[in-house]
Amino acid sequence: MTTEIKENERKLTIARAMAEALAQEMRIDPRVFVMGEDIGALGGVYGNTRGLIDEFGAERVRDTPISETAFVGAAVGAAQDGMRPVVELMFVDFFGVCFDAIYNLMAKNTYFSNGSFRVPMVLMTSTGGGYSDGGQHSQCLYGTFAHLPGMKVVAPSNAYDAKGLMTTALRDDNPVVYMYHKGLQGMGWLGTERGATVHVPSDPYEVEIGKAAIAREGSDLTIVSIGIGVHHALRAAAQLETEGVSAEVVDLRSLVPLDRDAIRASVAKTGRLIVVDEDYRSFGMSGEIIATVAEHDPAMLKAAPIRVAFPDVPIPFARVMERHCLPDADKIVAAWRTIQPGARS
Amino acid sequence: MTKQATTAQKLWMYEKMVTSRRFEEAIARIYLEGKQPVFNMANGPIPGEMHLSDGQEPCAVGVCVHLTAGDIVTATHRPHHQAIAKNVDLKRMAAEIFGKSTGLSGGRGGHMHLFDPAVNFACSGIVGQGLGPAVGAALSRKMQGKPGVAVAYIGEGAVNQGAFHEALNLASVWTLPVVFVIEDNAWGISVSKAASTAVPHNHVRADAYAMPGHRVENNDTLAIFAAAGEAIERARSGGGPSLIEIETSRLAGHFMGDAEAYRPEGEKDGLVAKDPIPAFRRHLLESEGVDEQDLVLIEDRARDAVDEAIAFARQSPDPDPADALSGMFVETAGKGADA
Repeated sequence: MTTEIKENERKLTIARAMAEALAQEMRIDPRVFVMGEDIGALGGVYGNTRGLIDEFGAERVRDTPISETAFVGAAVGAAQDGMRPVVELMFVDFFGVCFDAIYNLMAKNTYFSNGSFRVPMVLMTSTGGGYSDGGQHSQCLYGTFAHLPGMKVVAPSNAYDAKGLMTTALRDDNPVVYMYHKGLQGMGWLGTERGATVHVPSDPYEVEIGKAAIAREGSDLTIVSIGIGVHHALRAAAQLETEGVSAEVVDLRSLVPLDRDAIRASVAKTGRLIVVDEDYRSFGMSGEIIATVAEHDPAMLKAAPIRVAFPDVPIPFARVMERHCLPDADKIVAAWRTIQPGARS
Repeated sequence: MTKQATTAQKLWMYEKMVTSRRFEEAIARIYLEGKQPVFNMANGPIPGEMHLSDGQEPCAVGVCVHLTAGDIVTATHRPHHQAIAKNVDLKRMAAEIFGKSTGLSGGRGGHMHLFDPAVNFACSGIVGQGLGPAVGAALSRKMQGKPGVAVAYIGEGAVNQGAFHEALNLASVWTLPVVFVIEDNAWGISVSKAASTAVPHNHVRADAYAMPGHRVENNDTLAIFAAAGEAIERARSGGGPSLIEIETSRLAGHFMGDAEAYRPEGEKDGLVAKDPIPAFRRHLLESEGVDEQDLVLIEDRARDAVDEAIAFARQSPDPDPADALSGMFVETAGKGADA
C-alpha cells in the first residue's frame, strides 16, 4: 500500500524549499548557476543546494575556493555579462572579507551605469545565532545590508515564503540579498523552529519582494519583525491572547523595498508598536520601523513604541549570556507590560 | 609564434595614443578652470579627483588592438586611455567626465565610473576592484560557449591587494579566458613600488598561480603588442589566463593637484625624455616607412575628435538634479527563461 502525500499537505523545510526553487528555475533558465563554498557535493552547509550538483553538474553548481572577494566579484561580472549567478556567502558574518564587491560593485553598478549594466544576481547568506557559535558566526546584519542603497534584501520566516521569494529573486534583474536564518532551516543540528516548516506547493510560484504578510491578525498591539523574530512574535501573541490581548504580527519578508504601508496600516489599527529584531539595536531595522510610523503620523501611537532587539554588544558565546541578549517571546511579553503597566502579570 | 604588428595596426595604435594624450591635455586644461589661483577640487567645470593617464598609453593600445567590441575590459581609476583604446564613445565619455546629462551614465558615475555596454567596458574607483568582475565575465563566456576574452587592468599597487591573488587563483583553477595586465608606473600615489612590494617584478607572481607571466620593459608599445597577442591568443584558444607586467610611466601626478614632491630629483625629466608617443612616432617614420604627412593627418584627426568631444560635453545640459533619486533599480525585463 502506498501512502500518497496530498498536495496540500506537503511540508518542506526552508532549506528544501530554497533548493527546490533553485532547481526549478535552473531547469527553465540556463543562465542561472550557483557558486560558493561547499555548495556542491555537500549541498551547502545549510542544505539549501542539496541535490543540485546531481541534476545540474559541477559546471552550474560550482564549489569555489575560499575567496569571497573573487567569487562575489566574479558573480557581478557574470551577471553583467548576461548570466544570473547565485552566490552563497556561508555566514553573513563573512561579509567583511568581500564587502567591496557587494556594496561598491553589486549594489552600485546599476546606478553608476544609469541602468546600462544590469546585475541580476542573488547573494544568499545565513544569519542568526542562538546556538553558541560566537560573535563571528551568529550575526544578522539586516540593517547593514538594508542601509546601503542598491540591493534588495529579503529574509523569509517560513518555507512557503522561502521558495517564492527565491523564485522571484532569481527572476529579478536587480541584485537581491537573500538572508536565511540558520534557526529556521530545519537542520536538526542547528535546532529547529517548527513553525518555519510549512506547506509548499510543488509548482513554481513567486512571492512579491517588498510586500509584508500579516502573520496573525490582532487589534490591540502590532508586533513587526522578520525571519525568526516572526516566530518569537507569534508565540508572544499566543501568550497575550490568553490574557485577552489581541496582537497583530507583521512579517516584513523584505527590508528593501520596505512595505511601509503595511506597517502604518497595522499601527493605525492597533495604536501600539513593538519591533522585534535579532540584529543590533542601534541604527538598524528597529529604528527604521519606528521612524516609518513616527514620520508619517505620530498621533497613531497611543504609547511609546518599544524595541526588542539585540543589545549593542558583540554576540557572546556563553549560552546564558547569548540568551540574555537574544529576543524571545518572553521579552516581547515583558515589553507589552511596559506599554500597559496595568496588564496582568 | 609572436606575430608582428601590421602597419595598419601600428597606425591604429598611434592614433589611439595621440587621441588619448590630446584628450588628457584638454581635460587637464579645463580641469584647472575655476581652480586657480586657489585650488579647490569641488570647483570648475570638471570637479572631483582627476587621474590622468599621460605616459601609460602603450599599455592601452598594445593590448586593446587585439580585442573586439565583444571582449571585456575592466579598467582602473585611471581609465581614459584604456577607454579610448577600447573604442568607448568619446563624446559621451567626455560628457560623463563633465557630469552632463548626455554622459555615458547621465552624470551618475564621473571619470572613475565609465560604463559603455556597446564595447563591454567598465572601470571602477578602488584598487584591484575590476579583477573579480573580469574573472566573472570570462566565466560567463566560457559557460555560455560564447567567444570573448576579459582583460583586467590594474596598477602595480593592486598586486598587494588580496583581490589580486584570489582572482588569479580562481581564473587559473577554472581555466578562464582572462588576461591580467599590470600597468607598473612604479608609484602607488606617493609610495614607491620598492617600498611596498616584496618582489622586484610582479610578473613572477604568475608562477604562484600556474599561468604564464610576461614582463615588458621600457613602456615599449611593440613589445606590449607581442606579449598581449600571445596572452590573448592563449585565452581565446581555451588555454587559460596570463599575467602581463608592463613597465610604464606616469607623466602626470597621481591626481591633478599632486605636487609630486616624493619623486626623486630628475625622475620626471627622465620620464618625459622617454615619452612613448614621440618614440613610437620615430619608429613609424624611421622603421615602418610611414610618411610624415600621414602622421600629421592622424594627429589632426585625433585633435578634431577630442575637440568635438569636449565641445559636446561643454554644450550639453546638466542633469535634472532630481534625477539623482531615480535609477536605483531597473525594471525587470521578463520572467524566467523568456527574459
